[in-house]
Amino acid sequence: MSYINTLINGTNFDHKGLNALQKVTLRPVVMAFLFYGLVALEGMIMRMVEVGHVPLNPLPEQFFHPEHFFSIMTVHPIVGIFGSTYQLVFGAFTFLVPYLTKKPLYSVKLANWTWILITLGTALAWIAAFVWQYAPLYTLYWPLPADTHQFNVIGGIVFILGVALIMVGTLGFIYNIYATIFARVGIHKNKTTKELLISGFGIDGFLNLINKLRGKQPYTKEPALALPVVAIFRGTVDTFLDALVILGAGILILVYLVFDASGHALDVTAIDALLYKNFFWWGLDLVADGLVLIYVAGSWYLLATLITGQKLFMENVARAALMLELLVSWMVWSHHLLGDQGQPEMMKLISGEMVTAFELLTQGLALFITLVTLWKARPLKMTMELKYLLGGLVGFGLAVPAAIIQADMGMNRVLHNTQWIIGAHVHIALIVGLYMTLYSALYVLWPLVTNNTKLYSHKLANTHFWLHLIGGIGMGAFMGMAGLDGMLRRHLYVDGQFNPDMIFAAIFGTMLLVAWAVFLYNIIMSVGIKGLIGIFLPAKDATASYGIEEELEPADDPAFAQ
Amino acid sequence: MTFTNSAELLSFHWVAYSIYAAMIISVVAWFGYNLTKKDAKSVFRIPFYWYMAFLVAGGVGHHIFTYNTIPWVSQDIDRHNIKPDAKYEFEIKNHKWLGLPKQIVIQCGQTVEFDVHSRDLVYGFGLFRQDGSMVMQMQVNPGTDVNGILDSNDILWTFNHNGVFDLTSTEYSGPRQYSEDGKDLMLVKDFVKVVGCKDNGGIQ
Ligand SMILES: [Cu+2]
Repeated sequence: MSYINTLINGTNFDHKGLNALQKVTLRPVVMAFLFYGLVALEGMIMRMVEVGHVPLNPLPEQFFHPEHFFSIMTVHPIVGIFGSTYQLVFGAFTFLVPYLTKKPLYSVKLANWTWILITLGTALAWIAAFVWQYAPLYTLYWPLPADTHQFNVIGGIVFILGVALIMVGTLGFIYNIYATIFARVGIHKNKTTKELLISGFGIDGFLNLINKLRGKQPYTKEPALALPVVAIFRGTVDTFLDALVILGAGILILVYLVFDASGHALDVTAIDALLYKNFFWWGLDLVADGLVLIYVAGSWYLLATLITGQKLFMENVARAALMLELLVSWMVWSHHLLGDQGQPEMMKLISGEMVTAFELLTQGLALFITLVTLWKARPLKMTMELKYLLGGLVGFGLAVPAAIIQADMGMNRVLHNTQWIIGAHVHIALIVGLYMTLYSALYVLWPLVTNNTKLYSHKLANTHFWLHLIGGIGMGAFMGMAGLDGMLRRHLYVDGQFNPDMIFAAIFGTMLLVAWAVFLYNIIMSVGIKGLIGIFLPAKDATASYGIEEELEPADDPAFAQ
Repeated sequence: MTFTNSAELLSFHWVAYSIYAAMIISVVAWFGYNLTKKDAKSVFRIPFYWYMAFLVAGGVGHHIFTYNTIPWVSQDIDRHNIKPDAKYEFEIKNHKWLGLPKQIVIQCGQTVEFDVHSRDLVYGFGLFRQDGSMVMQMQVNPGTDVNGILDSNDILWTFNHNGVFDLTSTEYSGPRQYSEDGKDLMLVKDFVKVVGCKDNGGIQ
């Protein structure tokens, strides 16, 4: 009966001993992994459709219908990016900001609303696609989302409301993070807002570098904010802008859909499709080229210092680079419009090619600093978190150059909208690069957020690692090769035109799905079903901070009294 | 070196990127292996400024390389000043190509302009070889100018190899592009036919 006992009670997890901050961290993380499973399943369904009508394909006939296929393709990135990675990142940062600044989280209530809103929004968007087959894809190219000849109006309204809820939840997260960073309590009691802002934007690191070059004393020896907090602050600026843009586009679509539903359809040609594309890609690109790269660089720095227990190599350069990435990430969106002949050539050249190439520099720098920090601390034990960190570095080592290649006017002509982009770049960046970095963070934070709960099986953790790494790289590679053979993304192939590439991609994709199941099993066996439910019960201990010793007023300090 | 068509470019790219991928994976694997060793020596030191210079050279050099080896880049930038040998203009509406010639026959080495207008949604214009690989493509955005004239999405292309190419829309424009059983309704078989080239490309 010990197996059943572990399944129900876990190893030594005690949900009653968790404080409010720990619980509000774990809740979005649990939701993120459930949504990840849904995404992996959706991916496999689409993959099996593109393998085509071959013997042994287990997919029922209705999955091959275009309405069905594209509604899955529409929700796949929504669930994956917002339902899963956003929640995972937000959960981790909700814990890390108080932990690194030694201050309490501004509002536990708001943190709860954040994960509830994002979960609800993702579910609504998913339902809109499932029930009404609303399928304008995540790119929402104007006027497709308002095309009521192809799509059901109610479905569209539900979908847009879902996306809007996700963005409102995101704004809640941003408010919470900034309110925590700028709260002048604890170690920041005597700091001014100006000092915190200068640090947040990485300006102090930049000024330190300048002073060093001029042979002067450093601008500041002790920056107001720790480096990972700077990365979180910086990335969150991009999250804010992209939330506003996506919310703006959503409102526009909603207005058209509501007018249509009331029988007074508006003229869709009133909105310029190319201008809309520029606006929308500017915001959407801030998720990919701004947010992901900055959050990831910050996470690498944090992980490297936590794993080695040493200071980061070239910290000032890293701070200054985060500032540079701010400017870069705002000006690169034209690489998505290299195939648009109406886009001004100058925009393609400067924003699309030249500024975009700078991401090679900023991300290469983050890679270099992380590797040197690790190298200097040799010998290290090959722990789970170190393994996953290296996996994350490989992921971005593969995916960033793959992106720079297609951000070129010559290459884009034959790579735009092919599986090369979605496979060799997007899926490798997300599955191998981002998720492995996040798994590394998870293993580092695990003892802190679960009060040293014993992991059920180290062997299973290892199995998950290898299946995920090989599955992720393999699937991305074969999708990429299919792209070079001319296979389009956002296109339906039902006759297996790109086999055997798609068959191999399906085999590696299956490894990813199995990896997820192994991981989930390992976690459930660690915390137990009771513990899993307990995470969602109210916390008895309302403390919103972690590991801070009571600060003594001078008068109460025994040393001072003497 | 000059690529005369996208097939050559794509196979070059396949080889180059595969070598790079194998390299970066083995470098990190080697690095991870040595992290656990106390006495691991650096095989070579990578000075920081050289590494940064290498990244800059890689990012910029890649564009310089493609500008000089891929013929359609400069042609695209300069397309308003180039007089094509032939021009074909057509529209898309409701997932149907309007005014599309049945087949276009092109002599080797000729530069052709395709000018496509969309009346409703965002589409794509893409040509494909019989083996499914891509010849080229562009996006087709809808829109009208102040005089009510449909915006043009134009591309110049010079064909250096014989072949028969299929046309389809390369951008997603809703499920109506496909029949209920998943057939692509915008696919036009054998739309372009190029004749008169030598076997390995170039004018006879
Ligand atoms: Cu981008």
